[in-house]
Amino acid sequence: MTLMERAYLPAIATGLAITIKHFFAKKVTIEYPEVKRYLGPVFRGRHILKRDEEGRERCTACGLCAVACPAEAISMVAEERVKGEESLYREEKYAAVYEVNMLRCIFCGLCEEACPKQAVYLRHDEFVPVFADRDQVIWGKDRLVEDMNNRYTRESWTKEEARMLDAKRANGEATNVVPRAIP
Amino acid sequence: MEEVKPQLIKITFDGIEVEVEPGTTIMQAARKIAEADDTQAGLVPPAMCYYKPLPASGGKCRACLVRVAQGSAKDPRPMPKLVPSCITQVQEGMVVENTTNPAVLDTRKSIVEFLLINHPLDCPICDQAGECHLQDFAFEHGSAKTRYEEERRTFEKIDIGPNIQLHMTRCILCYRCVYTADQITNKREHGVMGRGDASEISTYIEKAIDNDFSGNVIDVCPVGALTDKTFRFKNRVWFSKPEDAHCNCDKCSGKAVVWYRGDEVIRVTARKNTWGEVTEFICNSCRFEKKKTSDWVLEGPTKVKRSSVISANKYRADLIKKPDFALKLAATQFKNIDDSRPYVTDSATIREQSIKNNDKANHRSLLSKN
Repeated sequence: MTLMERAYLPAIATGLAITIKHFFAKKVTIEYPEVKRYLGPVFRGRHILKRDEEGRERCTACGLCAVACPAEAISMVAEERVKGEESLYREEKYAAVYEVNMLRCIFCGLCEEACPKQAVYLRHDEFVPVFADRDQVIWGKDRLVEDMNNRYTRESWTKEEARMLDAKRANGEATNVVPRAIP
Repeated sequence: MEEVKPQLIKITFDGIEVEVEPGTTIMQAARKIAEADDTQAGLVPPAMCYYKPLPASGGKCRACLVRVAQGSAKDPRPMPKLVPSCITQVQEGMVVENTTNPAVLDTRKSIVEFLLINHPLDCPICDQAGECHLQDFAFEHGSAKTRYEEERRTFEKIDIGPNIQLHMTRCILCYRCVYTADQITNKREHGVMGRGDASEISTYIEKAIDNDFSGNVIDVCPVGALTDKTFRFKNRVWFSKPEDAHCNCDKCSGKAVVWYRGDEVIRVTARKNTWGEVTEFICNSCRFEKKKTSDWVLEGPTKVKRSSVISANKYRADLIKKPDFALKLAATQFKNIDDSRPYVTDSATIREQSIKNNDKANHRSLLSKN
């Protein structure tokens, strides 16, 4: 060993310099519950039953989501729309009851893919909150249907759209995409 | 007197030879092949208007067009155009091409397009969805996208009697219901009015059919044009559970299928055979009024094809697909265990053998190390 190496002090100084540099470096962790990371445009979180631009429910209770569901988490009861309800429901049939059992759901997104009316979506921005009670496990229409005052917006409504957007972003195009509420 | 047996006619359908009686149609010959060997079910031409139990039905929808490559043994020329197999009778030595001819399949694709021109895309609402022949036909033979951009014709819904609803928008004008009505009544109560694009199923100015068997037009309809009002929007067919059942009825055979949701009977229909045809009509009181389990004697679950969506979410043994491939593979690779060693009871020999085995094992493990 040379004298410099035997002295150790320079090595300690370089070590400390690295440590001190990390004090000022940008942190890779976030303070989770207060700060949330963007999960991506196609993340599959909690369900939402969409309304259309006029505020009518899109779901017609066709049952395709329920038959596609591998966990059998979805159930529904259909009802016929009566006169005067045209502003509430889009088609002549609607789901009077629409329930998702969030304990059964595996968030695979097959319901979303099966939906012919673009009514059910898995939100990319919200999880299913932690359950404190068994009553909170089965989500009815009260929790699923979209709030027109606080609409769910998304940059891309299909995987293809999301992929195209990703490609554009990689090329440096499409810098300001406005999330929209209607698929 | 000696019984005169009609001579059987031999025809070739998609390369398969079959012998049928004179007067049989090509469709029936194809069905005969499929009934003898159910792996051949795919070669039977689809039928949208033809309905065997209804005489004079067929020849309208063109779904069953096939090519006759050889008219008969005497006249081996091919028929100039594709012929509807449901009304064309067989001749000795006829050679028919269905799935083997690309022209037939291509034509069938166009037929789907034509049938769907005015058919609304309201399967999510329609009660027939899941047991609709047009859905099956379009799924198997049609293309995934529509090229039609014009307005589709629309009609108001009409109530035919208290229990039947007519959605003329969905009708494909197969005339099956008309023939059913002709069969069950002497009067003409139900027919088609207008021509071409404007033709419309009508009951002579919405005159209600009050016949006891009028409900059968619902089962006969290949699409959701005639639907059961007592079942309207009750449930999707694939969430209900069909059970074969019968009852003592003085009007009809009483043999029916009872569709359950939980313990509740939500619908009663007649029984359908392999080809989706009702051979025994049931009466209106069985269909619309007997909606309690106590009205019926249950025989057991209805056999549903595994390919049908009705089998979804039902875990009966006959609806679960057996892993054929894995079983076959296992059968080919199965070897009997060689257990021909002598059975040793002598303790000294056992001890000696175990020491020997131990040495062998040690030796093997040492060998494998190097």
